[in-house]
Amino acid sequence: MASFTLNINGTKQEVDLDPTTPMLWVLRDHIKLVGTKYGCGIAQCGACTIHLDGNAVRSCQLPVSSIGDKEITTIEGLSENGNHPVQKAWLEIDVPQCGYCQAGQIMTASALLKQNPNPSDTEIETAMNGNICRCGTYTRIKKAVKIAANSANA
Amino acid sequence: MTLIKTKIGRRAFIRTTTLASGGLVLGFNWLASCKNKTEEEILAMPKEWFEMNSYLKIGDNGVVSIYTPNPEFGQNIRTSMPMIVAEELDIDWKNVVVEQAPYHAEKYGMQFTGGSRGIMTRWEPLRMAGASARHMLVAAAAEAWQVPAEEITTENGVLYHKTSEKSAAYGEMASAAAKITIPEDVQLKEVRDFKIIGKSHKNVDAKRIVTGEPMFGLDYQKEGMLIAMIEHPPAFGMTLKSVDNSAAKAMPGIKDVVAIKSFKDGYEKGGFDTNAFPEIVAIVGNSTWEVLQAKKKLKVEWKPIAAYSETIAGFRGKETKNIPAGLESSASHKAKMEELSSRPGKIVREDGDPAKAFKNAAKVIERTYSAPFLAHNCMEPMNAFAHVEGDKAQIAAPIQIPSLIVPTIASGLGIPAENIAMEMPRMGGGFGRKAYAHYVVEAALISQKVNAPVKLVYTREDDMTNGIYRPAYQATYRAALDQNNNLTALHVKAGGIPESPLFANRFPAGALDNYLAEEWSIDSNITIGAFRAPRSNFMAGAEQSFLDEVAEASGKDPIQFRLDLLKRAKENPVGEQNDYDAERYAGVLELLREKSDWNQTPANVHRGVSAYFCHNSYAAHVLDIRMEEGKPVVEKVVCAIDCGIVVNPDAATNMAEGAITDGIGNAFFGELTFKDGVPQKTNFHQYQMIRMSDAPKEIEVHFVANEIAPTGMGEPPFPPIFGAVANALYKATGQRHYRQPFVTEKQIVG
Ligand code: FES
Ligand code: FES
Repeated sequence: MASFTLNINGTKQEVDLDPTTPMLWVLRDHIKLVGTKYGCGIAQCGACTIHLDGNAVRSCQLPVSSIGDKEITTIEGLSENGNHPVQKAWLEIDVPQCGYCQAGQIMTASALLKQNPNPSDTEIETAMNGNICRCGTYTRIKKAVKIAANSANA
Repeated sequence: MTLIKTKIGRRAFIRTTTLASGGLVLGFNWLASCKNKTEEEILAMPKEWFEMNSYLKIGDNGVVSIYTPNPEFGQNIRTSMPMIVAEELDIDWKNVVVEQAPYHAEKYGMQFTGGSRGIMTRWEPLRMAGASARHMLVAAAAEAWQVPAEEITTENGVLYHKTSEKSAAYGEMASAAAKITIPEDVQLKEVRDFKIIGKSHKNVDAKRIVTGEPMFGLDYQKEGMLIAMIEHPPAFGMTLKSVDNSAAKAMPGIKDVVAIKSFKDGYEKGGFDTNAFPEIVAIVGNSTWEVLQAKKKLKVEWKPIAAYSETIAGFRGKETKNIPAGLESSASHKAKMEELSSRPGKIVREDGDPAKAFKNAAKVIERTYSAPFLAHNCMEPMNAFAHVEGDKAQIAAPIQIPSLIVPTIASGLGIPAENIAMEMPRMGGGFGRKAYAHYVVEAALISQKVNAPVKLVYTREDDMTNGIYRPAYQATYRAALDQNNNLTALHVKAGGIPESPLFANRFPAGALDNYLAEEWSIDSNITIGAFRAPRSNFMAGAEQSFLDEVAEASGKDPIQFRLDLLKRAKENPVGEQNDYDAERYAGVLELLREKSDWNQTPANVHRGVSAYFCHNSYAAHVLDIRMEEGKPVVEKVVCAIDCGIVVNPDAATNMAEGAITDGIGNAFFGELTFKDGVPQKTNFHQYQMIRMSDAPKEIEVHFVANEIAPTGMGEPPFPPIFGAVANALYKATGQRHYRQPFVTEKQIVG
């Protein structure tokens, strides 16, 4: 057991737990932020994607002890009221089917657009390929990423 | 107007004596799940609700809350089912909030998500629910205004009496209307008068999904809740021998390690009680990570099972199943399938004289198709919350058919079925897998044993290696052609482990004078279950690939070849038991030919076509492949569907796009093999799923416009895509593809 002060969605959170605990479970079990999803636990599906200092990372492979004072953003903290351009584009296109993968998709897409505001189709595919959608919403996801890119650049 | 008796859905019209306050809400605030509205659009919640029937209640301020009866797994019935009610109630969609109905057999009958039956079976009851509430509001207004009910009209949630110039919002009349007897019969709208049905409406849950609100089974939280995980045998054909729980129990945060047995001795299983591993070990602790660590310390001994038979009381009556002992491998499966394929099977249908036709044939084409076991791999692994206290149980679980698992839970716990309250949170995918809810039974048994609220969570590995797979199948097709290359007979022999995929009465049966259908099966201890369009998901690919090859041998255009057969089936069908409607079938092909510009193949792409009928609907695709460094890239898929009236077109389109993408993924990569009973893939580093780079660059979906009551939608577009992929790959590579998966090379991801 060890205690950590984490900076999650702009709020300081104290946790006292096994330092090897991946952030995924810290968020879900301890902070009760369950928007970040478990899909594989081995960095293969992207369902658990969060931002660490603005970069998309797989939280299932991220021990709490490695965080330090880096800023964590989860889907719950991506925007005030679901109005991040990526979230808005997702609503406009009505992307989700079951919806389970979508928090991870949105976190990956929003990190991509921050680094590369005008991604090509291939760049979108490369960035998004780590996120599995079992329901097969990829064509809509790609459309939504492009809309978000355009709206953010407008 | 259509006058319709409400008694068909009589039991669906039970009103509870107290005003509903949001169902049996345990942990989620479903009512907060307002639709995807802007802040200003969200109406204040009413002070009082008036329950009109079990599907809807009206607030004093005019907000209408509609219960969606079936569980949601991404097919978007939480939007489309309330749309049907709202249509007949005649209200403004923006005043609707949607609530998930809990499990309630008396109010909602079979709450079944599967078989593409949702909209089809609820179509009439949901319309009646809306129409009868509207009728009651009209009656209340007639009473209040002392005018004949026939003179009252409604529009967008307002009642009008023209001559007296009176009007009232539904909210004002709701209290009086709720006291009126539910009518014996009601009038339904004409299809042409629909204002909500047939127009695209946004997913009511989209906002909650994109903001990460708790809504899935796995998100369930309750004060004092413990986390449970299971350890099941490492191989099919094995069961629990003994467990040494000392090391695991000594791990931090661990409360208990218990062995559980899912079925009481002598319990007669139902069709959805499939469970390869009824005796397992559960680890219970404070948090997921702690339980995961303890799971690694568990020392369990397993032993081989003995062969047994069991009687299953399924939909088709009682069936005896033989479960062999032993540790099975894909290599021996393959050898057995080859053997069974080469022997005569059980004849299921024979028209004309196929033996003679084959004897007299100028040319015989024979091809064998096969496909492996598939894992469902829902993104949300199996999980369930259960809290058993004494003889009562509260359950919240992502589950496709709550109605069919309640008796199993009741028997396992030894409590009356009516003491089980169940909520159905949103499922993170189902695809058939969550119809087999052994994990819910397990959660309940664990909760009872440890005497605490428990959320059972499967790891991805537990999920992928637990069974309930799409079976492995094989089919041999033979075609007899005469001198002029006309098809004179068709012979299909199909089988699988452990079930045959054959639908003997589907196309092209009925279009051929000489037709023979045979089947076989091989017993196995590997469990199987429904997987998006069961059996069709293999047969369509095999049949449509074969027809493509026969069309080519006949020198005919593949679409025209199918249309010619369908013409025959329509005008002069062979046999009386043909499952499909040849005209609707031809209709989707014709629409597809037009929309895909079939005769104008774009440059650099190779086209494949395929069509299929299942779940009462018709779907056909044209798929364009481009080869890039020896790898197929799907440029575009054009799809035509006839599923009757389309309630929510954009949502149906989304589902079709998903079925197409899912099908391409499974055709390209889907495969699970076994060695000595052990599944050879445990997680996504080994099990290749389709990812964005392999998904079609573009998908176009077209619906046949008609006024036929809705038929299946979630499954029908899935099976034919396998044939379209195979036929396009042939055009692209010059090689026919007979064995799935078609593309085996592993891509590097992650
Ligand atoms: S759960 Fe982390 S990538 Fe799958
Ligand atoms: S929407 Fe279901 S997994 Fe992506």
